[in-house]
Amino acid sequence: MSSNVQLGDRKLIIGGFFCLIALIYVFRLFYIQIIDDKYMLAAQNNALRRLTEYPVRGFIFDRNGKLLVYNEPSYDLVVIPRETKGCDTLSLCEVLQITKQEYLKRIKRACQAPNSPRKQSVFEKQMSAKTYAALQEKIYRFKGFFVEKRTVRKYPRPIAAHLLGYVGEVSKEKAEKDEYYHEGDYIGITGMEKGYEEALRGKKGVQLVVTDVHNKTIGRYMGGKYDTIAISGKPLYCTIDMDLQEYGEKLMQGKKGAVVAIEPSTGEILALISSPSYDPNLLVGGKERAKNFTRLYHDSTLPLFNRALQAMYPPGSTFKLIDALIAQNDGLISRSTSYPCARGYPPMGGKPKCHPHGAVDLVGSVAQSCNSYYSYVFREITDQKKYPHFFDGYNHWRDMVKTFGPGTHLGSDLPYDKPGNVPSVEYYNKVFGKNGWKSNTIVSLGIGQAELLLVPLQMANVIATIANQGYYYIPHCVKGIGSEKGIDKKFTEKHFVGVQKKEAYTNVIDGMQMCFDAGTAYYEKVPGIVACGKTGTAENPHGKSHAVFMAFAPRDKPKIVIACLIENAGFGGVWSAPVVSLMMEKYLTGKVTRVAEEKKIMAVDLIRGKNLLTTESH
Amino acid sequence: MRNNQNSVFYGVDRVTVLVYVLLVIMGWLNIYAAVYNEEHQNIFDTTQRYGKQLLWIGGAAVIAFSILVIDANFYTAFAYGFYGFLILANILVVFFGREIKGSKSWFGVGGFGVQPAEFMKFATNLALAKFLSNQNIIVNQQFRLKIRDLLKNYKNTLIALFFILLPLVLIKVLQDETGLAIVFVALIIVLYREGLSVNFLIFGLLAAILFVVALVASQISSVLITLAVIALSSFLFIRRSRKNLLTVALVYGLAAGVVMGTNYVYNHLEPHQKVRIDVLLGRGTVNLKKEGYNVNQAKIAIGSGGFLGKGYLQGTQTKYEFVPEQDTDFIFCTVGEEWGFVGSTIVIFLELFIILRLIFLAERQRSDFSRIYGYGVSAILFFHLAINVGMTIGLMPVIGIPLPFFSYGGSSLWSFTILLFIFIKLDANRLLILR
Repeated sequence: MSSNVQLGDRKLIIGGFFCLIALIYVFRLFYIQIIDDKYMLAAQNNALRRLTEYPVRGFIFDRNGKLLVYNEPSYDLVVIPRETKGCDTLSLCEVLQITKQEYLKRIKRACQAPNSPRKQSVFEKQMSAKTYAALQEKIYRFKGFFVEKRTVRKYPRPIAAHLLGYVGEVSKEKAEKDEYYHEGDYIGITGMEKGYEEALRGKKGVQLVVTDVHNKTIGRYMGGKYDTIAISGKPLYCTIDMDLQEYGEKLMQGKKGAVVAIEPSTGEILALISSPSYDPNLLVGGKERAKNFTRLYHDSTLPLFNRALQAMYPPGSTFKLIDALIAQNDGLISRSTSYPCARGYPPMGGKPKCHPHGAVDLVGSVAQSCNSYYSYVFREITDQKKYPHFFDGYNHWRDMVKTFGPGTHLGSDLPYDKPGNVPSVEYYNKVFGKNGWKSNTIVSLGIGQAELLLVPLQMANVIATIANQGYYYIPHCVKGIGSEKGIDKKFTEKHFVGVQKKEAYTNVIDGMQMCFDAGTAYYEKVPGIVACGKTGTAENPHGKSHAVFMAFAPRDKPKIVIACLIENAGFGGVWSAPVVSLMMEKYLTGKVTRVAEEKKIMAVDLIRGKNLLTTESH
Repeated sequence: MRNNQNSVFYGVDRVTVLVYVLLVIMGWLNIYAAVYNEEHQNIFDTTQRYGKQLLWIGGAAVIAFSILVIDANFYTAFAYGFYGFLILANILVVFFGREIKGSKSWFGVGGFGVQPAEFMKFATNLALAKFLSNQNIIVNQQFRLKIRDLLKNYKNTLIALFFILLPLVLIKVLQDETGLAIVFVALIIVLYREGLSVNFLIFGLLAAILFVVALVASQISSVLITLAVIALSSFLFIRRSRKNLLTVALVYGLAAGVVMGTNYVYNHLEPHQKVRIDVLLGRGTVNLKKEGYNVNQAKIAIGSGGFLGKGYLQGTQTKYEFVPEQDTDFIFCTVGEEWGFVGSTIVIFLELFIILRLIFLAERQRSDFSRIYGYGVSAILFFHLAINVGMTIGLMPVIGIPLPFFSYGGSSLWSFTILLFIFIKLDANRLLILR
């Protein structure tokens, strides 16, 4: 207590300090409220309005600089419900051709959460130019309404719908999480539009304008000092060859399946086709868009489904190439190795079955696609003596396969790709019980059947690796963004696979060349070009086999690899090989000489045939 | 009734209660104006914020009355109990709380939420008052510099500081509620009143000044200013006593530490906190369209009010959602816009009046406990006023802190009511008991 006597005067210091701060605040208030008219608005009832200026979304060009995607202006009518007092509702309804009930319904919706009577929300989306013109004349009578300029996507040619993806309104969750987006904003939802959203979208601008009680704009707030200009999205230069893409889509008409073409020396995707496809122009615009989307969504052929990235198919015999490479790498077989074939794999009583052909060595086994040969090869790999347990041998095979891409996400710049499947030891233990299975139980993996699944993009990547003799670049579809021509470094790095013996590749490629010269793709030779390919017929439990074909050309310095899969089309050489062969001719020579064949393939409609009711392979 | 010693209201300081009621009502009317909505014009509509605030006000009245009914000894007896209980509650809320706006600092009770950190204020104040009012304790007056002495003589200061810093650190680290945590700093003023060496405050102030200088000025000029501070303090302290040489050395160390540490601290702030400091100091290229937008809009709202304001419910800036949190932390903008300079000044003076009145009342207490508690209430209210109003007029960084008795929110209104009425009860009993 004694100290309090001396401390008594501290109350004055504390009290004085409190008063001092309060006085400083009052002076400050005096300054900003009375002296400085910077903060004063011209008239008492003026209000500021935030107008969002939407940037122009970036254009997309193909590899030769041709325009794939551009924009067209469109106009949205927006409303702030609490400011609509005195609005000429009748003539507004007339201009928009809606009823009074519809008007009231929309105003009510604009008032309810998440909208608010005080916030602007869209009243009529993407008006036609005619409506916009009529509206603009009378806009001064429509209090609380104003027009926002937006743009919509436009596609000069109706192609590459899956690759490009589409743009739509941002989801509620995304708008809440990401502060750039507000409800009603557009965002890339699939394909390149999603993968390159940040580059394409640009940056929104904001204009603060002063309006009077009659909803008339008086001018920019403080001369536009706080405005920001919208920054246009950057153009994308993609790796697609528009002509090849269009040609491929024409060939795939009436067929379910996918085609992926890659330039092996760079990993650039030249064409990515999922069929059936749709005109991307269907998914732009307001009312039409919703209608078209529903129609496409409910179509039994699943046109919105991107088969090239998401449909997992057994690769069929095309997978034998990988077996041949691994077995050579392990020193188990050589060019001259041959195995018996009795229209099937003898040790298992002729299963898997095979078609009649003469005795084959390694090269011949590729050309003739001998099932028995690769049943032996597969078991040679998994049952190697150096592995104490069969599981180790199987895991060795699985690890080697995975270096080629199957069972992994390749990491391309297109979103939503599926990894495919290379079954694990644990999986089989679950199915057959531990030790309940051996290499002969799962021998059909060796010929690309059973649980082995790849997406078409992975198939193309496998063939690109073979064309490159041991490495691949991650497939990608963009070579440059805006003025910077560079791309992500991960797309310029070589990815080496588990097999690096040059000789192994030479033997396999010889077989693939023979496939065109004297093998399963004999009738599909590309005139004047040495091409190498492999057929595949992927059995599936739901119906007729899928036809697979993959090839590259020319043999020296390959310029293009193509993988093609057509669902329920039967033997690979009959339907898929011609598509690949024609596309190669088109890309490498610029024209197609086999007009009759081209016409025949385009005219075939496998969907409307008896296979209509069959579904996906998985 | 007033003269009846048995009345609940006996000895209650009517002036304070009157100003309190005035502020609460003004706050309610301004909340109505801030969220005014033509669809819901009824001020009693409990689906709207202003209707809910009325419920909170009713609750506050019940709380105030209950506090006056309870025996004053209860608050001294259970001072540590409250403190311990609320520390526990503030820890448990992290595990059992409801997540609102990304931080777990609310207990959910049906449709309503309670924020225990709000109630930590009165509990900390009670505990501090209890500790300091212990007769054996005198907060150190001398600034001795031998480490041995420091630990011995400053033990009590350190314990007092611990009472203050424990909730601060808990609330900041566990709940990430900067606004609710930083408030406890205000209690340093209480320590000063109770004898804390003024050197502490000078050092604190110096550190703050140097921090700002190091952020704003260039490298060379901040070195120069630091040297000037050192020279000045050397002159002041050495002249007073040669023994202060150590003090001077300490100042040197402090100055060097602050200036060198500034960039480290600044770089380790969260991005939004950095931005707020940048906005306040006008540092670098503050983008008024982005980071500075809120503060600028707040200033526009207040500035557009002029001398007499636009009139009740006539504000445009605070209604069109230009101003964020217009009914809670930025409620002062509505006052500034609709009531102008006159209205804002009245609000500031009414708040200041309660704060000064509390000092006056505290000084007339016979018991140390009551005096210390009263100073605590005064300091806490002042801190809220200074930060809350300061941020809307661009003199303080943006920290989420309510304006006492005024802002929307049940937890904050009830917390301030408890804080204030415990003191009113203590004051009412000042003649009866010597605590």
